[in-house]
Amino acid sequence: MATRETGGIRPLPAFPDTARVALANTQLRRNLGKATTTIRAKRANVVSELPDWEELREAGAAIKADVMRHLDRYLLQLEESVTRAGGHVHWARDAAEANAIITRLVRATGAERVVKVKSLTTDEIGLNEALRRVGIVAVETDLAELIIQLAGEKSSHILVPAIHKNRSEIRDLFRRTIAQGQELSDEPQQLTAAARRYLREQFLSAQVAISGANFGVAETGTVAVVESEGNGRMCLTLPRTLITVMGIEKIIPTFRDFEVFLQLLPRSSTGERMNPYTSLWTGVSPGDGPQAFHLVLLDNGRTQVLADEVGRQTLHCIRCSACLNICPVYARTGGHAYSSVYPGPIGAILTPQLLGLERAKTLPYASSLCGACYEVCPVKINIPAVLLHLRGEVTQRAGPLDPEGVVMRQLATIFASPKRYERAQRLGRRGQRLFVRDGTISRLPGMLAGWTRARDLGPIPQQTFREWWRQREPQGSQGPKGGA
Amino acid sequence: MAESAKDAILVRIRTALSGTSDARADAPAEAAAAAMPRAYRQQDARNQTEIVAELIDRLRDYKAHVDHVEPAALAEAIAHACAAYGIRRLVVPADVPAEWLPAGVEALRDDPPLTNAQLDESDGVLTGCAFAIAQTGTIMLDGGAQQGRRALSLVPDRHLCVVRADQVVGIVPEGISRLAAHPTRPITFISGPSATSDIELSRVEGVHGPRTLHVLLVVEG
Repeated sequence: MATRETGGIRPLPAFPDTARVALANTQLRRNLGKATTTIRAKRANVVSELPDWEELREAGAAIKADVMRHLDRYLLQLEESVTRAGGHVHWARDAAEANAIITRLVRATGAERVVKVKSLTTDEIGLNEALRRVGIVAVETDLAELIIQLAGEKSSHILVPAIHKNRSEIRDLFRRTIAQGQELSDEPQQLTAAARRYLREQFLSAQVAISGANFGVAETGTVAVVESEGNGRMCLTLPRTLITVMGIEKIIPTFRDFEVFLQLLPRSSTGERMNPYTSLWTGVSPGDGPQAFHLVLLDNGRTQVLADEVGRQTLHCIRCSACLNICPVYARTGGHAYSSVYPGPIGAILTPQLLGLERAKTLPYASSLCGACYEVCPVKINIPAVLLHLRGEVTQRAGPLDPEGVVMRQLATIFASPKRYERAQRLGRRGQRLFVRDGTISRLPGMLAGWTRARDLGPIPQQTFREWWRQREPQGSQGPKGGA
Repeated sequence: MAESAKDAILVRIRTALSGTSDARADAPAEAAAAAMPRAYRQQDARNQTEIVAELIDRLRDYKAHVDHVEPAALAEAIAHACAAYGIRRLVVPADVPAEWLPAGVEALRDDPPLTNAQLDESDGVLTGCAFAIAQTGTIMLDGGAQQGRRALSLVPDRHLCVVRADQVVGIVPEGISRLAAHPTRPITFISGPSATSDIELSRVEGVHGPRTLHVLLVVEG
């Protein structure tokens, strides 16, 4: 999968522009609408089965908050545990350092091909491209990741990355690539079988596998990957060498904490009581699975997020994608519009903090602040609060001469006095005549255009309530007291 | 020598945390763990019969096949399943009891270890399990008795799994606490056959793991 965020300091494209492109894609909107609605209903169903769901969320949030506050200690403990169990731990400040470490490790094995378990973290650092530059082929083994890798496209959803593609497109793609000369219908069953045949050869012959991690336990050194297809188990079991890339925020303190997160994650993510396969491994087990294990601990902006007390909770994220499925903005624009590996509400707060707000300052505005994301978040990340916090930062950094700041200060003066307010209303009523079409204002000129770019504005009414009240009592009464 | 990445990251973390108002109480990790709110359910209040019935229900919901057998009938049930699937070469961990093995089926014992190719060419695998969780229909393997290494229950296309009623717990925290006796063993949770919904959200069962999961649930009396 291609990534967009490695190296460079260019700002990401503005969300309103990318969203407009996405909204014009009717197939994307239809597929996304179906996917988000279906998964949302499944999630609601299995969450309602658990009488102690809120208590589990409380525990999840508390455990993650504790991890962040003692991250240095837990990382050292994890390193010690993994090392004791026969694994090797590497530390990477940023994407380039992580890629260099992984490249060196793969080269040391002599392998020219690696199999990969779906991992957002390796997408974030652009690992596949880094490996390709030195002649190492990385084969994605998750079905959707394989589809978009073969198509040379980008993920549109964390959980179902190829949701923007239809079955006939996938059949044509497979006929051109992994199933040349094979009879192939567009039945998902047949397409999946074709992928199984192709990937089984890859699994059985691979020397090196690369994975991400859902959790890493400080106490025991145990690493966890949750999945559905079995490609994860194949990668984690058959090759001789396993390299796992883990963001430093993925730590959980104790093995016992699985009792919380292995309930929260599957129900929030795929809407299942439990995902089909979960693998837990600790270092190296003689005679079982890879005999060389490397864990790469990645910072890449995470410590920057940690420093912001409001934003820090973003690091609690367990990548379930429940906030994507519930979000009215995401359900319409899809993942590509966020120009990041991390889309949806969580991406709108994570990406600006990882990359720096200057590079992604439109993302905190990619939300209606309805709050649904907070309600479904299994670790209670208050996404609307962080969005507002980041919007505040954007405005503050813009400086006193920023047009929006100037307008807002003027508005504050006007709103502070009923007289000024009414005078402004009268002026506005006269001035707006040029812009009202069919009872709404769809386009304002100059600096005000930003407001109407994505929404209509209701015109100021011909008569306000206060004017009506005065008219109703023509005896010259001032109206009710304190009615400002 | 330049500052190591490890030192740099630790310094960044300490700097990030020291500048904030929620200054760290440097209580030992054990104290933090003890203070964690864990008001969720730790134990299932139901009796074992209800719990086992739920496991069967959940497994069938995942489209796994479930045979409910008495201990004396286990070997016969295994033989019956092998015949039904046409299994002729059956992979078994080194310590699977000989009496489980049906006549007329070639047992491929993982001793010495079988190659990946041998596993791939087999017709199925027979294992026991560590525990099972009823609430989620999950079978847990940890490489303990009668389970063998992870590749055995992964590469063959059919997995016959023997679960004793006394290995079944009600809810997830009970399952995790059972596993916690040997947390560093390689552990696999299996909740139904492998599945994908990656193409137009249509669920397809049987991607890379065994496409058939057949559970032999052994209940006394």
